[in-house]
Amino acid sequence: MANMEAVLAGVAPVRSELIHALHHAQAELGHVPPEAVARIARRLRISESEVYGVLTFYKAFSLEPKGKHVVTICSGTACHVRGAPRIVEEFQRKLGVEAGSTTPDREYTLETVNCVGACALGPIVIIDGNYHGQVKTTEVHKLVEGCRRSQAKEG
Amino acid sequence: MDLNELETLRTRITASRDKDKPCITVCGGTGCHAYGCLKVAQAFRDEVRRLGLSDKVAVRQTGCHGFCERGPIVVLQPKGIFYQRIQLADVPEVVSKTVIEGLVIERLLYAEPKTGARIVAERDVPFYKRQHRRIFGSNGHLDPTDIDDYLALDGYRALAKVLSEMAPADVIAEINSAGLRGRGGAGFPTGRKWEICRAAHGEVKYVICNADEGDPGAYMDRSLLEGNPHSVIEGMIIGAYAIGSHEGFVYVRNEYPLAVENVGIAVEAARKHGLLGKSILGSKFDFDIRIFKGAGAFVSGEETSLMSSIEGRRASPRQKPPFPAQSGLWGKPTNINNVETWANVPWIIRNGAKAYSQIGTQDSKGTKIFALVGKINNTGLVEVPMGMKLREIIFEIGGGIKGGKEFKAVQTGGPSGGCMPTELLDLPIDYASLAQAGSMMGSGGMIVMDEGTCMVDVARYFLHFTQEESCGKCVPCRVGTRQMAEILARITRGEGVESDVERLETLAKTVKAGSLCGLGQTAPNPVLTTLRYFRKEYDAHIKERRCPALVCKAFLAFDIDKRKCVGCLLCLKACPVKAVSGEIKKPHSIDQTLCIKCGACFEVCPPKVRAVTKTSGASAPERVLP
Repeated sequence: MANMEAVLAGVAPVRSELIHALHHAQAELGHVPPEAVARIARRLRISESEVYGVLTFYKAFSLEPKGKHVVTICSGTACHVRGAPRIVEEFQRKLGVEAGSTTPDREYTLETVNCVGACALGPIVIIDGNYHGQVKTTEVHKLVEGCRRSQAKEG
Repeated sequence: MDLNELETLRTRITASRDKDKPCITVCGGTGCHAYGCLKVAQAFRDEVRRLGLSDKVAVRQTGCHGFCERGPIVVLQPKGIFYQRIQLADVPEVVSKTVIEGLVIERLLYAEPKTGARIVAERDVPFYKRQHRRIFGSNGHLDPTDIDDYLALDGYRALAKVLSEMAPADVIAEINSAGLRGRGGAGFPTGRKWEICRAAHGEVKYVICNADEGDPGAYMDRSLLEGNPHSVIEGMIIGAYAIGSHEGFVYVRNEYPLAVENVGIAVEAARKHGLLGKSILGSKFDFDIRIFKGAGAFVSGEETSLMSSIEGRRASPRQKPPFPAQSGLWGKPTNINNVETWANVPWIIRNGAKAYSQIGTQDSKGTKIFALVGKINNTGLVEVPMGMKLREIIFEIGGGIKGGKEFKAVQTGGPSGGCMPTELLDLPIDYASLAQAGSMMGSGGMIVMDEGTCMVDVARYFLHFTQEESCGKCVPCRVGTRQMAEILARITRGEGVESDVERLETLAKTVKAGSLCGLGQTAPNPVLTTLRYFRKEYDAHIKERRCPALVCKAFLAFDIDKRKCVGCLLCLKACPVKAVSGEIKKPHSIDQTLCIKCGACFEVCPPKVRAVTKTSGASAPERVLP
């Protein structure tokens, strides 16, 4: 795995580099697979269980690969009082998965985030890095279809 | 670079800049980013180039201007003409009419909502007028990626003063006499903290900037780091000098990519200019900063957890004492301050403690930046003198409640804070009075709630949040928050029993008293304050089986008023489960057995018609079970 080399590039062999190394792995591979855990553990001279302990503690890292499209719904307080829970429910219904998981066909990952700090736009949905502000439940369908269409164009 | 060279450079920068040269500043904060400000700024650059005006007109992407509600924001200097909600299509007109001909385009100006009067200058907009933008004000004037802009605004002058004229003890005395208190929430006197760390034994000491701004609905620290990173860095260097530290960390939240980027650029530039590294400005003082990106854990905002995280461990808190000032990162004396606290330091040194403490209250000096969000007309970042009343912030600066609705509560202090009702609107904002009201200053989130917000649901939301973010190290927090979250969820689901309130109160006391760190110790605050000020809403859920704010689904019913329905088919098409039936131009109806209460029908029913009703309690139609 060529990417695996990149994971450890510039990572010094000290414990305090662990989170840095995990960030690398997540960015390069889209998740942190067992091979990456093993390599990081060896480089930092700590046990694999310790790496797993840290990896599973933080939300930024995932053991499973993410879907082709990542739908992130802000669940900050401002978005919450402006109706974010209804948006989450609608996405869950449309995609058929719970927030925090990926569709079986690996097309969509649905997640919530505590706050993205763009509260004027709440409720906010971020799809593949694009911000959609003041989203209504009736617009969810359009947003999901938008992903599908952009994909069809690429295909 | 030494002291003289810094001043020479500053003189050169200011001399090369024509104060009267037109400059188009485009807000580049995250809020405006989301509105598409990058494209707007690029369009301005292209348009200026196309017209061959590149030498005569500058275009600058600045830090956050704070008025996020109205983004993307464009301010035309030197006159300070304030344009809001600028779209790509407006760009050519702004350049040709305003920049070239000097005419103001009425439609792009801010309109006073009550009178409709158009306001030309940024400083006259009511949102800005009552603010006191001491720390946050430079954001809108500088490009955060250009150190020259910061130098042109007296940047690093405080550092030069400290290194050339002041002993570490003088610096601490100045900060002490300014009365600066920690802006991260707890409000510990900053000078005192530095003193303890300076006095602690050990050769190696660390300073940390806590930029793990995890409170949902608070983003002032991010805007400072994104918009004026050098002010934070300068504060840190001064602090490190006072304490006797040579190594610092900025711990930034992973969810803030632009802040990570801008602070990285700033540290690099400071190093290049000899403001970080060995012999800073030709003195004997060495100091450097490393940036550490967090990984998405709310608890890492707690100081001892943050240090565990830098050490490459799970972000779990440690027992205090020993306090970080005695034994912190890798067991060394460590001074940790929040972003806004650091940004206050250069101002105090430049202008003196006396000038600093002239505004504020008896025990809370200076200004505080708040993120004013939620059901408010003017969402944005506001910097006000300590002691300003909540009413003034919400109704004068914030422009009141969205959609003309009734104010219900304001929540400060994030998940650790409390909800304050209308009766407390005249409360002056400072550390002591907020604590007395059962809330806290916190990092500065101020979430406004209206009559359509259910306070039981809000309490449930916060407890769900803290329960998820509890690191699990100590039992009271791990188990207690879970139990509280479950009870609250049960109440909002319509399964509450009368003993629940008492049980919540007992649990709240235990969790507060027994938890290891601030997360657990403050987690019950949203429950306690909602019980204290909004007890009626709990009773309505538990005893009357209704949600007065029409939020909790279990108590809701949607129906169609046949007398009002015009049969437009909108709700029928919008219903995701086909619960609405009817024909065009004939009244529709909702099958209550199919309805999932998503509210889509309510949302699409035209305001002129308003045939779809949302009700709770006795007036709701009975759900007919099959």
